[in-house]
Amino acid sequence: MLAKRIIPCLDVADGRVKKGINFVNLTDVGDPVEIAAEYQKQGADELIFLDISATNEKRKTMIDVVEQVSKQVFMPLTIGGGVTSVEDIQKLLKAGADKVAINSAAVNDPDLITEGAKKFGNQCIVVAIDVKFDPESKQYFVYTHGGQQKTDIEAISWAKEVVAKGAGELLVTGMDQDGTKDGFNISLYQQLGEAVNVPIIASGGAGKLADFSDVFLQANVDGALAASVFHYGELTIDDVKSYLKQKGVVVR
Amino acid sequence: MFAIVDYDTGNTLNLKKALNYLNIENKLTADPDEILNADAVVLPGVGAFEAAVDALKERNLIEVLKKAANEKHPFLGICLGMQLLFEDSEEYGLNKGLDLIPGHVKEIPENSDLKIPQMGWNQNQVASNSPFKVADQEYTYFVHSYYASCAPKYVVAEVDYGIKIPSIVQNNNVVGMQFHPEKSGQVGLNLLNKFQEMVTTNDFSRN
Repeated sequence: MLAKRIIPCLDVADGRVKKGINFVNLTDVGDPVEIAAEYQKQGADELIFLDISATNEKRKTMIDVVEQVSKQVFMPLTIGGGVTSVEDIQKLLKAGADKVAINSAAVNDPDLITEGAKKFGNQCIVVAIDVKFDPESKQYFVYTHGGQQKTDIEAISWAKEVVAKGAGELLVTGMDQDGTKDGFNISLYQQLGEAVNVPIIASGGAGKLADFSDVFLQANVDGALAASVFHYGELTIDDVKSYLKQKGVVVR
Repeated sequence: MFAIVDYDTGNTLNLKKALNYLNIENKLTADPDEILNADAVVLPGVGAFEAAVDALKERNLIEVLKKAANEKHPFLGICLGMQLLFEDSEEYGLNKGLDLIPGHVKEIPENSDLKIPQMGWNQNQVASNSPFKVADQEYTYFVHSYYASCAPKYVVAEVDYGIKIPSIVQNNNVVGMQFHPEKSGQVGLNLLNKFQEMVTTNDFSRN
């Protein structure tokens, strides 16, 4: 049986991991290689690096980060943040990424999904979607530019569209839940799970053990992403996996 | 020295990084002499079957690879590189492979509960006493939509994905891994080391 994936997400700027990471055993808390190796040891199934560098110039350091991490850490790596062209995708894959996540660029230029999928295969094109619930229309809408800009694109139909265009995986962040540690947006992932047949990574809201089992048992998602609960050591990946096993969720 | 066949496919560099990490001497090459003189031939591969066959043809490597395998050089195909070891594949029409292991590459059957491609970690069942027994009950990382259908005698390990999917296959000196050992953490590294041991001892018996 395919295992459900537990995926830590690391924010990187100028080649350094941001957000305080406080594993006691790290000698350099901002070093992507050391943090990635630690997560590999803890049993993470995959790592996502999001480049939050402010400028394109600084973003070039991400290539180097991917090069370095992939020399030492032998697990799937997804890289996102500021990817706008086929060349960007190619450079990241060549540096050692397994998958590249595109977000705002997919909205601005949906053909990028198709071009990337044709050239490198659907399996390495992840479309990241940031969504927020609109209480008036009772629909989810897509936001871009790190959640700053609202679009008039309804999220579930957007998910179907990007899959039709060649996305091999969706990384969907529930913005209303993100940072709350109140649990994933189950109803969002239930709707998405019905709508598309590619792997879905749930993101936003992970706080306690039951949040992980809830999303896996109640929605058809393949992975759950979390950042701060892991970075601050509130939960270990092992805690999450042991709990999921007890609940009958298949994990590695 | 391991010759990693260089034909511009996706996972080559990550495979090289894993071999470097294990201190297994290796070289990316499309040179027939280097391939035929290597201690082992490693055939990586990501993407579509036909495109890979075309890329090998363009470099005049089909006969070279067949010769290496038939002259009993240790041979390891990974992911699409494993699928290329079989007689043919039904991916986008029927295309011929290297025909080093009897069997056919088929599409994973549609099943409402399962997504295609199979993407993620799946658990290996190793029935034989092969050195690859180290992978028994262990998870390795898969990304694929097609699978090898072959006689049980060639199957060293398999995983459950609605159907039983061969994850490690072997026909004497020719070994294939459907998953990515270079992306499967310590288990994957252990398997590459086991292959290296088989190469060093030139022992490809399965027991």
